[in-house]
Amino acid sequence: MSESRFLPNFEPIAPFSRLTDSGILDSGESPMSDEVVIAALRYMMLTRVFDDKATSMQRQGRFGTFSSVRGQEASVVGAAFALDPAKDWIVPQYREFPALIRHGYPIENFALYFMGNPKGGTIPPDVNILPMQISLAAQIPQATGLAWGLKMQGSDGVVITFFGDGASSEGDFHESLNLAGILKAPVIFFLQNNGWAISTPRENQTAARSFAERAIGYGVEGVIVDGNDLLAVHEVTTQAVAKARAGGGPTLIESVTYRTGAHNTADDPTRYIDQQELEKWQQKDPVDRIKNYLRSRGLWNENLEQEMLDSCAAQIDEAMEIARNTSLATSDSLFDHVYAEPPTRMLEQKRDWAIRNGVAQ
Amino acid sequence: MIEAIRECLGQEMEADSRVVVIGEDVGVLGGVFRATDGLQARFGKDRVVDMPLAEGVIVGSGIGLAISGLRPVIELQFLGFGHQAFHQIGQQVARLRYRSQGRHSLPLVIRSPFGGGVRTPELHSDAFEAFYTHTPGLKVVAPATAYDAKGLLAAAMESDDPVLYLEPLKGYRLTKDEVPDERYTVPLGKLRVARDGTDITLIAWSAAVNIALRAAEELSEQGISVEVLDLRSLNPLDIDGISESVTKTGRVAILHEAPLTGGFGGEIVATIQQECFYSLEAPIIRISAPDTPYPLGGVEDLYIPDVDRVVAEVAALAKASA
Repeated sequence: MSESRFLPNFEPIAPFSRLTDSGILDSGESPMSDEVVIAALRYMMLTRVFDDKATSMQRQGRFGTFSSVRGQEASVVGAAFALDPAKDWIVPQYREFPALIRHGYPIENFALYFMGNPKGGTIPPDVNILPMQISLAAQIPQATGLAWGLKMQGSDGVVITFFGDGASSEGDFHESLNLAGILKAPVIFFLQNNGWAISTPRENQTAARSFAERAIGYGVEGVIVDGNDLLAVHEVTTQAVAKARAGGGPTLIESVTYRTGAHNTADDPTRYIDQQELEKWQQKDPVDRIKNYLRSRGLWNENLEQEMLDSCAAQIDEAMEIARNTSLATSDSLFDHVYAEPPTRMLEQKRDWAIRNGVAQ
Repeated sequence: MIEAIRECLGQEMEADSRVVVIGEDVGVLGGVFRATDGLQARFGKDRVVDMPLAEGVIVGSGIGLAISGLRPVIELQFLGFGHQAFHQIGQQVARLRYRSQGRHSLPLVIRSPFGGGVRTPELHSDAFEAFYTHTPGLKVVAPATAYDAKGLLAAAMESDDPVLYLEPLKGYRLTKDEVPDERYTVPLGKLRVARDGTDITLIAWSAAVNIALRAAEELSEQGISVEVLDLRSLNPLDIDGISESVTKTGRVAILHEAPLTGGFGGEIVATIQQECFYSLEAPIIRISAPDTPYPLGGVEDLYIPDVDRVVAEVAALAKASA
């Protein structure tokens, strides 16, 4: 009887981790060299600098509504560092700034996109990413198909797709895990469980104790990892990438983290977030944690910190300057790139719009 | 017609190894209408793939296949089930090229039978073309003959734009005409004058073309000369071709299987009054299904406009004046 019944298990599970909350490594070997950890930390700090800058610009009306990565930097960067930008693909949602930048998407394009300029959508030809996805979960089937197509054409590239606990309630999540399992597609489903879908808590998305174990229902491997632990995230993602590259199929990674900022700049989390819970997670700040780790190894101090902050700020300022100096898109930007071979009627509209907007052709 | 579609798929797969066919039951079974019959045996299970029953991921993964460098042909078993994939088609397929500023073209074709008249179970038979013509970035074609079915499919597969290729459920086997063996294309965006006439322009597409032609034949016995336009392509729309005929006849009837309100006929009416207002001798009429859900098969003949109704309405139009 017991073998023909599958009961949910509600025993708490501890996500895989390597660092203590204060940044002390367990007795094993680090999955990342010190140089790589420092490079990863720089992306995490760059993200924080960008988020602060963009938020302040948004408050001044110089930047659109956007979602910061705050609290999830280790989760995104740890995963991104497991990829080879030359052959692996990122199919993002919209909260993965450092992963896209590391893959080669220009910071100024990211900024332009959130300033409302269609030019921001431009993806350089050798950068293996899809545009950011606003319709949550719609990117997951696309990632699955892309991975399948790469495999079919003999590439050993893999695809990682990012989404959240909220998006996992969409049908696209289910359909994709199901298809990827059948095809053994080389795709990593990277679910960032940040506790919130705007104001809806994780408990309202599923009765299951974890998102990771949903994978087994699709014949797929799942893993749950401490998303604020850079080393742990990097380790499990590297394993999933290696498995996918070797033909072993997909993995669902649940990265348990916490959105310590607002959903986006239009959101007011004080209306729903419990202050104590927030403070508890702020104690586990992923950036502080990896700095503490480096400090414990004698690789971090105030000078290095200031140096890195200055260099990040300079890089962000430069990108923001390029974005600010990029001309506003003309009415042609409504029409360009919609079709490879545009219908005549649309071309007539393009001309009419240009005349109306004083850019007669 | 079904043979023409199958032949085209086979020829294109032969010519271009990047072409893959995915859909429900397209492999061993060869599709519920046999459009892909024999293709899996010829080209293998990697290129003709039986998908799990999930329209959203069938279309969504097709997007990924196209980005990876392949040229997928996606079969949606019935357009009525396209709603399960509508977010992928309307939001994703149609916009990815624009959203990526030209980086990711989507050379994919979504084939789907649509329309009624063959006593299918519920929810299979709606003519939902207007949802898709209202979706910028997506081209929509709907052939009525076997010749066009082959040539338009080849053109759709050649295009770097995503194309929704609608097949008349009713015409699959009924429609028989000469199809050359060799490969050819019929350009997207050019209508076909299915019958020359001088008194009335009767505009239709897909299965309705056959009704229009039969009605035109009866009307000719009443001394009314009807020009039948088979649009073939809804987006791009052949506005010049329509104008040329309307300028000649001055009277227009539009025939479609879909409900009246919001149907694609309204778009054509608006276009004609803009382009040819001073040539019109009478108000344009639309002959369509009522504004009701597609019914069960036992009463679908009451729903879809038939030859008698078209004859009566067009005959009245011939006498009407502005």
